Amino acid sequence: METVLISPAKAWILGFIPTMFFSLIIPIIGVACFTYIIAKRAAPLVRSKPDPRLDNITDRVFNMLKFAFAQYRQPRYMLAGVLHIVLFAGFMILSLRSITLVILGLKDGFVLPGLGGAAGHVYSILKDIAATAVFLACVVGMVRRGIFRPERYNVPKKYGKDHTSEAVFVLMLITTLVTCDMIFDGTLAAAQMQKGLPSEFLLPGMGAWLAAGMLSCTNLSTLQNLHLGSFFLHNLVFFFFLCFLPMGKHFHVITSIPNVFFMKLKKGAIKPVQWGVEENKLDELKSFGVKKFEDFTWKHMLDFYSCADCGRCSDQCPANAVKRPLSPRFISIKCREYAFKNYPIRGDMTPQDEHLIGTILSEDEIWSCTTCGACEAECPIFIEYIDKVVDLRRGMVDEGLVPQSLQKPLKALEKRGNPWGKMEKKRAEWTKTLPETCEVKLFENGDQAQTLYFVDSISSYDDRMQNIARATACLLSAAGEDFGILGKDEKDSGNEIRRFGEEMLFQDIKSQNTEAILGAGVQKIITADPHAFNTLKNEYTGLPPVEHISQTLTRSIKEGRIHLKSVEDETKVYTYHDPCYLGRHNGIYEDPRQALDAIPGLKRVDMLKSRDRSFCCGGGGLMLFYEPEEEQRMGVLRVQMASEAGANVIVTACPFCLVNMEDAIKVAGLEGKMEAIDLCELIERHLETT
Amino acid sequence: MTQPIFAYISHKNGTADDSAFELIVAAKKIDPAAAVTAVVCGAGAELDAVCSTMAAVYPDVWKVSNPALAYPNAEVLRGVLVSILPAGAITLAPHDTFGMDLSPGLSIKLNAAFVPDVVGIEGIDGANLKTIRQEFGGQVSTHVLCDISAGAVLNVRSGCFLSDDSKASGSVTDKSGQAGDCKAKRRFLEVVAAEVGDVDITKSDVLVSVGRGIEDQENIGIAQELADTIGAVVSCSRPIVDAKWLEKARQVGTSGKTVKPKVYIALGISGSFQHLGGIKGNPFMVAINKNPKAPIFQVADIGIVTDLLEFVPELTDKIKEMK
Amino acid sequence: MEILVCVKRVPDTAENEIVVNSKGTDIERGDLVYSVNEWDNYAVEEAIQIRDNAGGSVTVVTVGDGDAEEILRREMAMGADKGILLSDDAFNGSDGKGIAAILKAEIAKGQYDLILTGAQADDGAAQVGGMLAAMLDMPYASLVNKIEIVSDKVIKIGREIEGGNQEMSEIDLPCVLSIQTGINEPRYVGIRGIRKVASVEIPVHGAGDLGIAAGSVGAAGARVKRVDYFVPPMGEGAEMLEGSTDEIAEKLIELLKSKGGIK
Repeated sequence: METVLISPAKAWILGFIPTMFFSLIIPIIGVACFTYIIAKRAAPLVRSKPDPRLDNITDRVFNMLKFAFAQYRQPRYMLAGVLHIVLFAGFMILSLRSITLVILGLKDGFVLPGLGGAAGHVYSILKDIAATAVFLACVVGMVRRGIFRPERYNVPKKYGKDHTSEAVFVLMLITTLVTCDMIFDGTLAAAQMQKGLPSEFLLPGMGAWLAAGMLSCTNLSTLQNLHLGSFFLHNLVFFFFLCFLPMGKHFHVITSIPNVFFMKLKKGAIKPVQWGVEENKLDELKSFGVKKFEDFTWKHMLDFYSCADCGRCSDQCPANAVKRPLSPRFISIKCREYAFKNYPIRGDMTPQDEHLIGTILSEDEIWSCTTCGACEAECPIFIEYIDKVVDLRRGMVDEGLVPQSLQKPLKALEKRGNPWGKMEKKRAEWTKTLPETCEVKLFENGDQAQTLYFVDSISSYDDRMQNIARATACLLSAAGEDFGILGKDEKDSGNEIRRFGEEMLFQDIKSQNTEAILGAGVQKIITADPHAFNTLKNEYTGLPPVEHISQTLTRSIKEGRIHLKSVEDETKVYTYHDPCYLGRHNGIYEDPRQALDAIPGLKRVDMLKSRDRSFCCGGGGLMLFYEPEEEQRMGVLRVQMASEAGANVIVTACPFCLVNMEDAIKVAGLEGKMEAIDLCELIERHLETT
Repeated sequence: MTQPIFAYISHKNGTADDSAFELIVAAKKIDPAAAVTAVVCGAGAELDAVCSTMAAVYPDVWKVSNPALAYPNAEVLRGVLVSILPAGAITLAPHDTFGMDLSPGLSIKLNAAFVPDVVGIEGIDGANLKTIRQEFGGQVSTHVLCDISAGAVLNVRSGCFLSDDSKASGSVTDKSGQAGDCKAKRRFLEVVAAEVGDVDITKSDVLVSVGRGIEDQENIGIAQELADTIGAVVSCSRPIVDAKWLEKARQVGTSGKTVKPKVYIALGISGSFQHLGGIKGNPFMVAINKNPKAPIFQVADIGIVTDLLEFVPELTDKIKEMK
Repeated sequence: MEILVCVKRVPDTAENEIVVNSKGTDIERGDLVYSVNEWDNYAVEEAIQIRDNAGGSVTVVTVGDGDAEEILRREMAMGADKGILLSDDAFNGSDGKGIAAILKAEIAKGQYDLILTGAQADDGAAQVGGMLAAMLDMPYASLVNKIEIVSDKVIKIGREIEGGNQEMSEIDLPCVLSIQTGINEPRYVGIRGIRKVASVEIPVHGAGDLGIAAGSVGAAGARVKRVDYFVPPMGEGAEMLEGSTDEIAEKLIELLKSKGGIK
């Protein structure tokens, strides 16, 4: 095509400097700087702990396509999500254009392979649309961040400075990039038109078309200058942008796709103390957990780099909601800033041999986490928090930094296998008040059965929660299960012990339980405690299949082994509270709901926050022994949510949720207006006995 | 038996401690016929005031006056007692933070047997004195035999031997000359007063006191509401303060405040002696506890075995209704 | 500073009812678990903190049978440098003075600037520290809840006294202090910590090693003997209110009113 304007590859500045020189020097310097910066950023990762993430490649590729390229989790926050999808899709399309532009400076008339001919024209139109859409998205973004300032992006004083200016600056860079592109195309089209020559089709209404229109009466020499100016400004900004990304939260533009590819695949299980070290070799490790920064795995460091500071984790975090000193977002940001400080782009690396706790993180902050997983369920790029929190706790436990209130239950667990220090022989005492129709076998007495009912500590010992154990036993009995319990041979499942960083105690208790369970010779394990369910299923090895009672119930109802009578009180409105360790960590959302819906006449509503957005009750296990500074109890917020949903009965499927809900109802002053009940208790009450 | 009995008199600001009136009761339990001497150490007019109070209770009062004794430093007083007490004597002291400091070492220096924290005395059996002590936070008691042939030092728990209004017209003997140099390797500097909270539990006639049985910080509201309804103040036992659920200023007990209310309602308090040691004046005590074997039921006037978390709100509602 | 801490292994009785055996000679120990006396744990933590600031070493010592070694390891896992077990059949049945005499014999073999004990134990009498000091002719302070090192000759201490007040004194070294809970926040010791010191050798010293004449300690030398255990009659004094919640509440209200408990 004959062109009126001199192309960047052929132009001269001041008559003696070929612009080709700039076309060459900008990319060379840009790429060199970028390579240098990335090498610097990679430095801490090289010194990190191992983390094998190359298994299940097919799953990983699929996840990458779904969550990175298709941005699957973005629309969970609708406006921000859609804006991001526009920007991301635009970036994908425009990245080809940017590469083309860089090469166009060196080789006139360059087109990317495959984009010649018709495809090229289609791409050209697509690119026009993308550039315009990105432009608009940036403007909306700038207005939103600069003027409306959503709460989620606020940076409380204690966490450092606000990030709005960085966000707006980057949006301006992007706007500049697409505007340059529009002007580059627009000037050429305007010049061609002035000469009556054909030009590339510009989609009416798009940015380049508008630019061409506005510039249609501009004289040729100005057009020529604008054409070249916008070209080089684009290239300059492009490479500046590239090198600017790794300086802050926009590093995610580069790291989030690999971050999603390397995501954690096995939910529900805490990472081992150190990858590659067998459980029976743990004694050989000199140190446990994360103490200094380099104790993190490379993937966890990549997480820090990848955090886009979108604030969704903290927005969903129950600890943050009740103003505990924890905001998952700032764990990432503080750690990233720490990495940047000690591994600077310019100057020497200064890895610090200091404990992160007490420098950038605080003990209370790390103990505040209930490991509910709401943050991880929300993060669009799958940043992990639970494993990091547990690793940090392992480090604290190894140093003896354990809150006084947790030391007694941990010691009691070591000595007696339950956090209250109650006698082992009393573990089966709850069976003494069972109705005669319900028989519970005791493996310790040499009884034989097909199924093990794993009761766990709280349902064995707590006066109130023993009722759940009894209801569960009655239901199993009604469903015709041939089952027994371990009695004094059962120890705490250890789910919380592990999450509180006391790995060796967990290993100890796990092997005792494993031996007892295998000794019982059962085909199946059923438990009504989601915490026990989680660890038995995901963290114990070599056990028979484990299921939660809600699964057993739903199956028994479907198979007609359990019949339910009409709901006792038709005026009641029920809502189901998803326990974290049943829902988010194990994906069981439907079974308990189906079991509830099987009660004829039962009216059920879902809370706004339900299923994978369920709001933690305040935590189970050892969390009952530790209360960080907080303005409110999580349970109270949760009970209010149930109230807002129009419910007056909260049904849970976890003894810890029940403890917290019942407490919260009292604290919220909703006694008489709201009640909490376990799924098993409710179903047992509605058993049709024939 | 011919062993003389001596009672160490604690006093402050010219006033004898409650224990001074209880030790003579304990002494009579050992041997109703024994000669019991009060040993009062101190300085100045305050000492004289205490000596004359004691002369109305004990048949004999030994006075040791020395400026170095103005503050009761157990390290100094031990030396004084070793100097003045005759061999083979039986010495009684209160089992409080002073007595715990003084007596174990005193028994060694006097080559006498030592029984701390005596809650009961059953009398003499040959060369042995039979006493009662408690172990495991008062959950079990034991009979303890103590060979008193070479003398003994007994630390007596406060409140276990209630004053019987003993009257005497004793004489005061000044033993200051035998007291030695009154020096020790531990030198008293000052007393740092406990932080004063926003409430003064010592000024209230009615206390609603919470212990471990309250289970959770949130439940303290239950006690507070009862207290508000009956016009009482909320106090607590040590575990509640250790858990930081209430401030130190509300703690009743030997390591907390000493209170003298008219009515004391103990919610979920097991009744360790450290706690009971902070309750003086024999108030009307109501104990509400889940555990029927809680030691508090032995000292309370009224006991209710129930879950306080359920019972107390109902009680509060009933009182409100009544009003 | 060379610090010795005397520790004791006691049954952990916080959560479980203590039952006296049928003959009344002892409590039922079959179902009990044992651990280091809570007060002693604070004493060891304090010793470790002093050592970490002022240098020196921390030795933990206990009088007991072979099982007592477990608590020495726990305290060594906490950070104590050395453990010594004083064990001999002749020690069985010692009274407080006997225990103090055994400890004194061990202490006389070393050079210690500071000797710490717990202020009391659940099954004890808060006596050994004071006796030990008297036997060693060292100054003593009980219920210590603050230690400030002034020099290698003298330290400043706070004692917890009535009313939550704190009595501050100066005390010359060497001295014996009994430590009250709350003086610090003892660090956690997990299984891992204990395993790390599992193979450290713990010397065992018997009566012969210590030059203690048999008969001067143990049951033979005891002038104070526990005769029996019994559960004091319950409800002594307390009138137990029974009946429905309503009835109890009404009765209680009446009683409280008559005693001036309701204003």
